[in-house]
Amino acid sequence: MPLDDPVVQKILLISALYVFALAAFLGYQVISRVPPLLHTPLMSATNAISGISLVGSIVTAGAQYNTVSTILGFIAVVCSTTNVVGGFVITDRMLKMFKRKEIAKKD
Amino acid sequence: MQFYFIEFSYLLASIFFILGLKGLSHPESAKRGMHLAEFGMLMAIIGTLVHHEIITYTWILAGLAIGSVVGLAMGLWVPMTAMPQRTALSHAFGAFAAALVGISEFYRFGGHLENRVMMGALGFEVMLGALTTTGSLLAFAKLQGMVRGTPMTYKGQNVFNMALLTVTIGIFVYLIVVPGSMPLFFTMVGLAFVFGLLLVMPIGSADMPVVMSLLNSYAGLASAATGFVLSNKVLIIAGTLDGFSGFILSILMCRAMNRSMTNVLFGAFGSAATAATGSGEQQGSMREVGLDDIATQLAYANKVVFVPGYGLATAQAQHAVRELADVLEKRGVTVKYGIHPVAGRMPGHMNVLLAEANVPYSALYELEQINPEFPTTDVAVVIGANDVVNPDARDNPGSPIAGMPILEVDRSKSVVVLKRGQGKGFSGLENPLFFKPVTGMLYGDAKDTLTRLVQAVQHA
Repeated sequence: MPLDDPVVQKILLISALYVFALAAFLGYQVISRVPPLLHTPLMSATNAISGISLVGSIVTAGAQYNTVSTILGFIAVVCSTTNVVGGFVITDRMLKMFKRKEIAKKD
Repeated sequence: MQFYFIEFSYLLASIFFILGLKGLSHPESAKRGMHLAEFGMLMAIIGTLVHHEIITYTWILAGLAIGSVVGLAMGLWVPMTAMPQRTALSHAFGAFAAALVGISEFYRFGGHLENRVMMGALGFEVMLGALTTTGSLLAFAKLQGMVRGTPMTYKGQNVFNMALLTVTIGIFVYLIVVPGSMPLFFTMVGLAFVFGLLLVMPIGSADMPVVMSLLNSYAGLASAATGFVLSNKVLIIAGTLDGFSGFILSILMCRAMNRSMTNVLFGAFGSAATAATGSGEQQGSMREVGLDDIATQLAYANKVVFVPGYGLATAQAQHAVRELADVLEKRGVTVKYGIHPVAGRMPGHMNVLLAEANVPYSALYELEQINPEFPTTDVAVVIGANDVVNPDARDNPGSPIAGMPILEVDRSKSVVVLKRGQGKGFSGLENPLFFKPVTGMLYGDAKDTLTRLVQAVQHA
């Protein structure tokens, strides 16, 4: 069955909606447990994670649909990679700074 | 086989992302959690690289290389005080990438997306992506000080914004019903870019924590919409997690100011108009105190609570505070820090700054935890904070910030306010705290004052 078949499309959409709803629910549960102490790292971590749109950009940049798509895809790859790498590096850097009392004193 | 390899790598990435965020519930588990998330990301990227539609790797590899270098440079060298700016910029990048992928998909089908659901998701993706890009860039400019931080307002602003939004959504709906018009699509994209600017224009610097969270949410939802367009589950999951995280944070920030989202977005809080309706005349005058007096008070206190605000970040005084705390602790003084949720320019801003200066996180207290402690506090030291300690929020129902939860420093035996000058806070409100008999004012650069206090306490 081809991917643009209406039936396939419907199935894909419904399963996508399920994924969205469950992810929203899970996200609410997980994120409400993050203490205010870690809200800045949370923001940079979710930022890095949502840089996963990189996978979409990669296909667009490499599939050679047409020149415009390739150029747009290339810029998108640069932007998302910056977010992924920068986001994770900075989150790690911040989390390393949060220390318990005894450890903080030693430095 | 290849299909299963890709899908499996995405599934693994999704699981690791969730575990990573779950780790953030505690500072000790957070680092490990992030490593899992990083591993998940790597898996997803490797999985994608074998995608059958990819013909040439030149642009991909070039993009990955440039992005990694820029990201690494930003990640390693951006100072902690500039974290809000960096975060705003990364929201812009993320949203821009989502918008570009959407535009490219539309262009690829020559605008003939017969599937309405697909067109709907794509429209969302591009609109949210576009408005978040420009909105975040403006937020970045405001935070970086390239643009004035005060709200920019003009007559009929809200009406104009609403009209623009209506037109944009109108085009969007039309495109779903009657697909195929390239010019209309690009008009919609252009309008969304403009709308992002208009949305952030009337919002003042003090409300940035809400705006940052909201833009965070939009950027995430744009990614999730990309997932719908490409029917890619890991994109939907990661985007939704990001979107909800931002949404929850923005609600928490609004609650911490006792204001509704509508008020933050359209109220232009802190503009000249609201300042005029602020509290009436103040009784008494501000009492300026000597540095040595304060040093003696601190040195012989039992308990001292520091209350930092955005002024701590601008003065880069986080290390100086820690030094003062060290000296005091050596003398047997109990030192705690009271952190208001909206202190600073983004959620958790103060915690990160103090952690950078090696303050142990066990000494950082949230609003509800520290408020009962103020009556037994000998000296509360307010460093560059204003509205979050304004007793008017509690006592004066007519105040524009009435009902906002505050750190009740005025209940402690003595209050010292470190302030740059005699001016008002970002909201433009008078702060009765400064006029109370228990309060002493120390004017000057916070970092400089704190460093001199350290020396004075050592000699006390």
